[in-house]
Amino acid sequence: MHVPDGFFNAVVSVSAGAVAAAGVAVCLRGARRELDDRTAPMAGLVAAFVFAVQMLNFPVAAGTSGHLMGGALAAVLVGPYTAVLCVAVVLAVQGFFFADGGLTALGVNITIMGIVTAVVGWAVFRLIARFAGGSRGGLAAAAFAGALVSVPAAALVFTLLFWIGGNAPIAVADVALAMGGVHLLIGIGEGLITALTVSTVLAVRPDLVFGARGLKRSLVLRGADGATEQVPAQAPRQAAPGRPGRFVLGGIAVTALLAGIVSFYASSSPDGLERVAQDTGFGVVATDHQLVGQPLADYGEAGGIPVGVAGLIGVAVTLAVGGGLFFAVRRRAGETRESVGA
Amino acid sequence: MNAVETPAGETPSLEVSRLAYAYPDGTQALYGVDLRIGRGERVALLGPNGAGKTTLVMHLNGILTAGHGTVSVAGLPVRPGTLKEIRRRVGLVFQDPDDQLFMPTVREDVAFGPANLGMRGDELARRVEDALARVGMLEAIDRPPHHLSFGQRRRVAVATVLAMEPEILVLDEPSSNLDPASRRELAEILRSLEVTVLMVTHDLPYAMELCERSLILSGGVIAADGPTRELLADPALLAEHRLELPYGFAVPAPGVPGV
Amino acid sequence: MGAGHHHHIYRPGDTVVHRLPPQCKLPAVLGFAVVVVATPREMFAAFAGYALILAGVAAAARVPPWFVLRRMAVELPFVVFALALPVIGLGERVSFAGMSLSLEGLWAAWNILVKATLGVVASILLAATTEPRMLLLGAQRLRVPPLLVQIAMFMLRYMDVILDEMRRMRIARESRGFTARDVRHIPVIARSAGALFIRSYERGERVHLAMLSRGYGGSMPMISDLSASWRQWMLAGLLPVLALLVLGVL
Repeated sequence: MHVPDGFFNAVVSVSAGAVAAAGVAVCLRGARRELDDRTAPMAGLVAAFVFAVQMLNFPVAAGTSGHLMGGALAAVLVGPYTAVLCVAVVLAVQGFFFADGGLTALGVNITIMGIVTAVVGWAVFRLIARFAGGSRGGLAAAAFAGALVSVPAAALVFTLLFWIGGNAPIAVADVALAMGGVHLLIGIGEGLITALTVSTVLAVRPDLVFGARGLKRSLVLRGADGATEQVPAQAPRQAAPGRPGRFVLGGIAVTALLAGIVSFYASSSPDGLERVAQDTGFGVVATDHQLVGQPLADYGEAGGIPVGVAGLIGVAVTLAVGGGLFFAVRRRAGETRESVGA
Repeated sequence: MNAVETPAGETPSLEVSRLAYAYPDGTQALYGVDLRIGRGERVALLGPNGAGKTTLVMHLNGILTAGHGTVSVAGLPVRPGTLKEIRRRVGLVFQDPDDQLFMPTVREDVAFGPANLGMRGDELARRVEDALARVGMLEAIDRPPHHLSFGQRRRVAVATVLAMEPEILVLDEPSSNLDPASRRELAEILRSLEVTVLMVTHDLPYAMELCERSLILSGGVIAADGPTRELLADPALLAEHRLELPYGFAVPAPGVPGV
Repeated sequence: MGAGHHHHIYRPGDTVVHRLPPQCKLPAVLGFAVVVVATPREMFAAFAGYALILAGVAAAARVPPWFVLRRMAVELPFVVFALALPVIGLGERVSFAGMSLSLEGLWAAWNILVKATLGVVASILLAATTEPRMLLLGAQRLRVPPLLVQIAMFMLRYMDVILDEMRRMRIARESRGFTARDVRHIPVIARSAGALFIRSYERGERVHLAMLSRGYGGSMPMISDLSASWRQWMLAGLLPVLALLVLGVL
């Protein structure tokens, strides 16, 4: 999905750059609280790990393969703020050090593969983890769901950007359907790998998993005379209560920016919309691997989807993310109150 | 416990009280460690494998956060706000010098610590050269660490820490993997340094050679604390804590002036 | 993602391009890429002009053409996509060599291909003439948030370590007759990924402890001096300025 230069027009490229910069700035603020000096190198290692794991192709269905995006995995392992930073750094390194992914498309790439996957993945993970409990299985299931949803969500945001300013004359509904469909399949692979990876790490080094924080046992004190005594572990430093609020504010700011770009561009370029209105033609899968050897005609039946569907899906995803964040925030705020009261 | 008391009123270099810690997987390694090391002392921390020695060392500069209890260095408690100063005061020399030497050249590696303290330019260069001279490795300043012998690497590792002018030097198994000559050279260097030293080891002759006082850490608590000579002359005590003198080694009789 | 793009692109050298401070080169390449992307697709001559500018930079940096061409493989997936556009695109169609092609699709394919190619060549030239460590220092000079620079630094520090681990694990899998063919093999790959994460992490952890013990407080000390003179800024600025001139004149 590494979008090269020239794929989106300059307006979308620059605007997405602004969105990505705003998102990364929000995450930097958040990560400064998440990352004491112990976790800063950990983020670097997760970034290196994500970089390596993105090369790991896994079979999806007959003849096609996908590769891990890793945004949701990173979010579960090191928290959403840090995860966005990790993926953003991976993309920047790929762009600047390996010439992979256009430099002007860096904003688009970070927005889609960093911010969207990490935020959606984390929100879904928290929601499911809430119901599934804190067990290893529950956390793995939550990680599966988070990663599963994060991939098609990224594909849909890609479609949304494509609708606003893609440099290719293809019907947007087809793109949405093809991208969403294939990425749902890829999402299953991403979900499986994420869940099993998180589960493996939980078994050996549960302290590394951000999403499993707060599981601590009591300690035994043994005196020189052999007498023993149980004491509770001193509480680990907890996040400041105001933190999730900032995350939501940041999310709202990013959404507002995106919305602003959409309306700006929609009004200034009617031909972009006109083009969308012609809903004949073929869909195409704009990912790295699916194109080769994939019968493109399979998506020919996708025509006839109402023009607004992609937009509606985008709105639905936004609402889902917003709702998920709202619940996560309310729950954390509740926890904080409880622990203060106790 | 027959603790050697440091004079009341003087702040000890290192003070650990009721320190307990369990690893995230639930294994508890420390069960309430108490110890006190006065300024200028050279103390050996003895103990069998798995006694919790390395775990204790990781608490001394805040790499591990105490599950219970406190650690303070020259009166400054180890907590998140004091970590920077604690890490300047506690110079930790790791068992494997390859973990410690991660920069491309000896010069950059020794400069890493003082540069983190804000030192730059000529002052930094002087500090680097001085530290290397103290361990006799000045001529290796521009060489990559992996081209040095193991003993040389350990001496450079000591220099990386000396460059920060620590209050207390903590060495994890300093004599491991050294040939006899390197072992003697390192001992001479350590004896020449005017800092408090805590030497973690199960090399009892080395402890005897360098340290007047020893602590035995066993089962996650300090099981004995006293003059090295007395501890090592007590076969029952050593056997109880899985410590053994090498074959043929005899503890010099008490009363003979120490090294 | 293209195969093998993890190989380092940097080619040591001592040319005027190599010697330019990274904090000048980074904005120059970014500016150039923005100008390219903003150029209307009809301006064939302008794109030729950009290609000439890049050829000039490559010659000055003594980066041979075959080197650039080989590195351009990362672009391939999107070349395939671009080539599909004339076939699947909408709108008015023209007949060419017996195929019915979309005119709009042809334009789109040209637009994506030429801009992506110019962009990727500019990136390759930047990466080929700048040591990764220097690129990070340059980013730090340009006030990229230190936390991001650190994450990138650690990533570069451990990337090869982790890739090496991954390669060895793959060899171990394959030497026992395993190749990933369908969905049922995902658990095996995932467990490798989990083990990879822990192995890599614990390996780096030991080095990190050593860094912490020597007062690592969140930023690598900047020992080397990275000042840039106004002449160096002007020289680097030539790249986007020339591109702008080409755009303005043609």
